[in-house]
Amino acid sequence: MRTFIGVDLGSTTTKAVMMDENQDVLGRGITNSRSNYDTACRVASLEARIDTRLTLCRRALSKVPAIKGKVGDFLAELERAFRLEQFLEQLDDLEDTCLGQVKGDRFAKVEDASKAALAEVFVRLRGEAAALFAPGAKRKSDFFRDIAGSRYLTVAESVAREVSLPYDLLLNVYDKSIIDVENRPPSEDMDGKFKRALEKVLVDAPEFDAAGDEIRQAVVDALEVVLDEVYLVGTGYGRVTLPFSKEHIRSEILCHGLGAHMMYPNTRTVLDIGGQDTKGIQVDENGIVENFQMNDRCAAGCGRYLGYIADEMNMGLHELGPMAMKSNRPARINSTCTVFAGAELRDRLSLGEQREDILAGLHRAIILRAMSIISRSGGIKDEFTFTGGVAKNDAAVRELAKLVKENYGEVTININPDSIYTGALGAAEFARRAGESGNGGEAS
Amino acid sequence: MNAAVAKAIPEIIKDNSMLKQKEMIAGHYDRLANAGETGHKVACTFVPGNLNELIMCFDLLNNLPEVNAIQNGLRKLSGSYVMEAEKNGHSEDVCTYVKSDLGMIARGNIGPYGKPLPDPDVLLLSYTGCFTFMKWFELLRERYNCETIMLHTPYKGDGEITQNMRDYMVKQLKEDVIPKLEKVSGVKFDIDRLRGYLKESAKAEDDLVAVLQSAKNKPSPIDAYFGGIYYIGPIFGAFRGTEDATEYYRYLRTEVEARVKQGLGPVTPDGDMGEEKYRLVVEGPPNYTSFRDFWKMFYEEGAVVVASSYTKVGGVYDFGFRHDPDHPLETLADYCLGVYTNRNLPERVKMLTNYVEEYQADGLLVNSIKSCNSFSAGQLLIMREVEKRTGKPAAFIETDLVDPRYFSAANVKNRLESYFQMVEQKRAGKQPAVGAMA
Repeated sequence: MRTFIGVDLGSTTTKAVMMDENQDVLGRGITNSRSNYDTACRVASLEARIDTRLTLCRRALSKVPAIKGKVGDFLAELERAFRLEQFLEQLDDLEDTCLGQVKGDRFAKVEDASKAALAEVFVRLRGEAAALFAPGAKRKSDFFRDIAGSRYLTVAESVAREVSLPYDLLLNVYDKSIIDVENRPPSEDMDGKFKRALEKVLVDAPEFDAAGDEIRQAVVDALEVVLDEVYLVGTGYGRVTLPFSKEHIRSEILCHGLGAHMMYPNTRTVLDIGGQDTKGIQVDENGIVENFQMNDRCAAGCGRYLGYIADEMNMGLHELGPMAMKSNRPARINSTCTVFAGAELRDRLSLGEQREDILAGLHRAIILRAMSIISRSGGIKDEFTFTGGVAKNDAAVRELAKLVKENYGEVTININPDSIYTGALGAAEFARRAGESGNGGEAS
Repeated sequence: MNAAVAKAIPEIIKDNSMLKQKEMIAGHYDRLANAGETGHKVACTFVPGNLNELIMCFDLLNNLPEVNAIQNGLRKLSGSYVMEAEKNGHSEDVCTYVKSDLGMIARGNIGPYGKPLPDPDVLLLSYTGCFTFMKWFELLRERYNCETIMLHTPYKGDGEITQNMRDYMVKQLKEDVIPKLEKVSGVKFDIDRLRGYLKESAKAEDDLVAVLQSAKNKPSPIDAYFGGIYYIGPIFGAFRGTEDATEYYRYLRTEVEARVKQGLGPVTPDGDMGEEKYRLVVEGPPNYTSFRDFWKMFYEEGAVVVASSYTKVGGVYDFGFRHDPDHPLETLADYCLGVYTNRNLPERVKMLTNYVEEYQADGLLVNSIKSCNSFSAGQLLIMREVEKRTGKPAAFIETDLVDPRYFSAANVKNRLESYFQMVEQKRAGKQPAVGAMA
């Protein structure tokens, strides 16, 4: 199967989309960008390949009559089991790496005790891993660093107390190891993990047992489809750091414009709020960029601002929107300076203002800034597509909808659940065109 | 002619104008440095509305603070001068030419070539469209306590120069400017001497126009923005009306015409530019502190600027105006009235639209200057209007003149690359891409 990959190397996350020659999206992958775009690119692409296999499994399983109507459930089980396999594999890597750090003067008298404590920590982490990937389990994040990190800290603290070891010794080996583990390319043995996951699902979910052989065959068939990666296009801030030749690089503005057009062909204006920049893009009926404006010199009011606020309030990023949604009286906040935001926040709290009102005000401030950028790019035309990580935040969307209506009247606002992949989707389409025309994608 | 000789010719010819200009500028700064010893009196004035021919009639040396700021920007000296001025109380938003100049003065007034600059004997403000100019000279007057002359140039609000405007300016020249210059210099005004200089100016202007219009060729033999900055140096500065300037422009024209004949593109700091992929018209001044890096972002992508408004700030010659020795004072008035920043927005739109069309450009790029309101006001409107009239894509980037803190290379590069790819996409035609999501 001929496939085409688009990779969007953002400042916060790196996204990849794999597409087939019919412009159908086969798979999507996302990872945190870390400080290493090379790894981020590999991990996101691998994730997109995993997702592609799941899509191929879906296609193959839809032809198995015995599980008609249950394909979705089965795939959800399969993916969870696969993620667990993947998590356990990385946990092994983390354990080995941590053990390797138990050396030097610091551990002179406690080397064996530290190793034993680490072994115990990892036994417990493995023990609870299945629950993290159980149906309906809520994870703070899908990135290994976040899941393993928060659990490691909790478990290591208890173990250290139980065996009377200083907690900071265990903390120290973790801190020294996690970046290495995160930056190590994941094992390429995707098939093995899928097959182990498949057997686990068939054992754990007896309802599929009767059709076991057919399911096995369908999954094996899907895993055996050869994915010929014809062309790759990179976009986003990290693009220049990658060993891509010029023909394989596209500006994220063009990619977002094209990606938004592919999601919603009637799109004429695109707003993308990413980690460090906000873009207002005008596109024509073919997704070709007509004009754009973006923030300059200052990343005030971008996604990172929300990240900073979340840290200041000791909340998860995804918790900000829901809390702000509770507000009916947003505070009036004019500063979108990320640094000032912390001071503003503390000041307001000390004045007794409600957290939800302050948060709602902060969301409004971001959107006000975005509105200014859009108006400079030529205003909002129908239809209007909102993309980027911030599009997932309901409070930001609510403020945007209000301001759009006030300033531009009734306009259709499109927000795709996969909007975070818009740039990568556009890049994949550029890759497809390049691969199909063999001219580097210029015939766009 | 063998290949080696053919290759050598442009190198030799290129050196002629470049060496000439280098020698002229170094000589000028030497004259300024030695003004105290030689007894030359000094006038300060600005590039738009620069009355160099008139200044020379009084044996005054022309010291242009804007040019000093530019030279300091190119030599990476302006950043510390700007900060020095801020330390002395000038706000962050003030024009960075002003702050570079005031910072340089505060540090001992050593010019960009490392030699001291003289105190002015007279400040001649002959273009009043930029309010900052007035404030700048107020500060200099405060410091030097010297004669200050203000020639009020009416704004071309309706896009036309009327006889009234011209008369008004000539009257000021006769009754105020010339008598004061006579008084400061002790030299009697000689209108024939002025006619002589104006005649030289017109010759240089003819050649300059030929050089700038050579960019209509494909490939363009020049970059009319980055290269253009060098080409306008003598005529916008202290040399218009001199034989040196005439000679410089003659050399330059010969070199450029040779490049046209050979089908060569522009010369860049890294040698001849490769294939010409994009032809652009640029509105707005350049950034000087990262001038080479900025230029590189263009020529590395095969982008050449075929026309720019900035190369018209010290005089618009390409629509026929020449200094006219037969009407010496009237021509000075017309010159001041016609400079680019004295034109209203519809005129600027028209000019840029013409450039996009006549120079067969792929589009318009606006480089908006953070600290220059007189240039930047209205640029978004200009951009949209030119886009609408030409149907060609436009883009907007933001930098600053000589404050290095306001040049964000990654951001500018990102926008430029996006713009070039946008041009490419437009040019390649339209291919529907709908029906994609799985």
